[in-house]
Amino acid sequence: MKIDPDKCVACGNCTYVCPMGAIYIDPAIKRATVDRNECVECYACFNGLSQEHLNPTLVRTLRTVFQFFRLRFDPEPDVCPTAAFAPEELAWPRIVRRAFSDPRVPHESTGVQGRGTEEVKTNDVTGRVQRGEAGFTIEFGRPGVGVWFHEIQKMTSALAKAGVAFEKKNPITSLMTDVATGTLREDILGEKILSAIVEIKVPVARTEEMIRLVREVEQQVDTVIALGVGARCDESGEENVVAPILERLGYRLERAKTNAGLGRITNPVEEKREEPAGVTR
Amino acid sequence: MTNTLHRYGDAASFYDDYVVFAIPSRGKNDKGSVPKLKKFLEMAVPFKPVNLGDAIHGGALRPSRHMNPTAHWKRDMTPDFRAVIDGVDTPTTVAAVFDDRVAAEDFLKTVKQADLGLCINVSTSIDGAEQCCHAAGIPRHSVGYSLGFEGKTEKLPNSQVLMLTTMCGHGMISTSLAKKMIDWVKEGRRTPDQAVTYMARFCSCGVYNPSRAKRILEDARTKIK
Repeated sequence: MKIDPDKCVACGNCTYVCPMGAIYIDPAIKRATVDRNECVECYACFNGLSQEHLNPTLVRTLRTVFQFFRLRFDPEPDVCPTAAFAPEELAWPRIVRRAFSDPRVPHESTGVQGRGTEEVKTNDVTGRVQRGEAGFTIEFGRPGVGVWFHEIQKMTSALAKAGVAFEKKNPITSLMTDVATGTLREDILGEKILSAIVEIKVPVARTEEMIRLVREVEQQVDTVIALGVGARCDESGEENVVAPILERLGYRLERAKTNAGLGRITNPVEEKREEPAGVTR
Repeated sequence: MTNTLHRYGDAASFYDDYVVFAIPSRGKNDKGSVPKLKKFLEMAVPFKPVNLGDAIHGGALRPSRHMNPTAHWKRDMTPDFRAVIDGVDTPTTVAAVFDDRVAAEDFLKTVKQADLGLCINVSTSIDGAEQCCHAAGIPRHSVGYSLGFEGKTEKLPNSQVLMLTTMCGHGMISTSLAKKMIDWVKEGRRTPDQAVTYMARFCSCGVYNPSRAKRILEDARTKIK
């Protein structure tokens, strides 16, 4: 993302709305500027700010006058008064930042908007997590911290070493050059994104082992991690297998996403999807 | 996409937060799903949701690409549910957000009767979702538990800011904006209703709960947690 210096009036509204705090007023040019290293191309500024199309010279003049008289300029905080944001054409590997940060952009590997996959949300038609299994979603960087791919690789390597299966229809898995070792493409390791989700599935008996492993590795990862565990309920809708393990490990289970089981396969013929080849742009 | 799972707060704090969403699965039930998704949203309206949204076009409060300067004095803060329903044009996740458990339960019953074939999920406290399903006579199929935030949690802001920002699970509502809105409400520069609409416009899929956000801002006006 770029900000057109000819249009920007340095009102500062955009400095607050950037989830990564990557926008600042550069005192040298007196314009809002994007720190390209920290920007994750989430487009929150471009998509979230309402845009006016005021004359920049007029706005600057008014602001200068107000400032002289120590009057507070109090515009709406979610508006760019001169529509100064200018999305740029992103090339590989930078484009991967947007794929994992702007939720409106679907991943080519999954077709799902956002940065994960369908996980247990569609378990009633996909059967992704069966009884006796625990599906983990390990999300990095959210909220408001962000993560570099080389940090994610610390976790994928450790998980691969433990011999777990990565979810094939997951964007991170599709960026692995070697699923057996959890190695990500080298050319993306220096890219920062807003968040990403690694998905694995293990037999319920390995739940505790996985949580202990994640806890150990997350101490070496320079971001926050949001952990989720999915499980299949029994015939009566109860889930008394995974929850007791989690509670024994000290988790207070407060919130969950519950699949009501109302989905059914309605497509005429099930489409055959290609498995990720390990490298996807 | 775990965009409603990791909302910050204890179970009791979700008493006014029920997200019911429909998602078609690619290759399973996505063909011809657009009319069903629209119907899902249409069916939600009589139950007085506090937000509706689709994951591509956003929620019932949206930013404007051509805002008139006079809007500063007469900004429309009314959620536009019709725009959300009419805007669904491709298979995607659609959501209805309620601040009342009974409304969520009744809506779920209606969705069950409609038999849309879409995958339907309820995101709230574990007990809240269980009650909704029980009331609708639905045995739960699967559960995705949130285990909360771990790792470098020292990078996270205070709990009220976290409650405000994590209601946009895609992370589009920044920590700085949430802090600023709390400050503006404390200073009396904006009302909680106004502050909530500013934040909600950044939520790109419409699962933000303006009602809960307003309560959090009212609370933050007098005490920082």
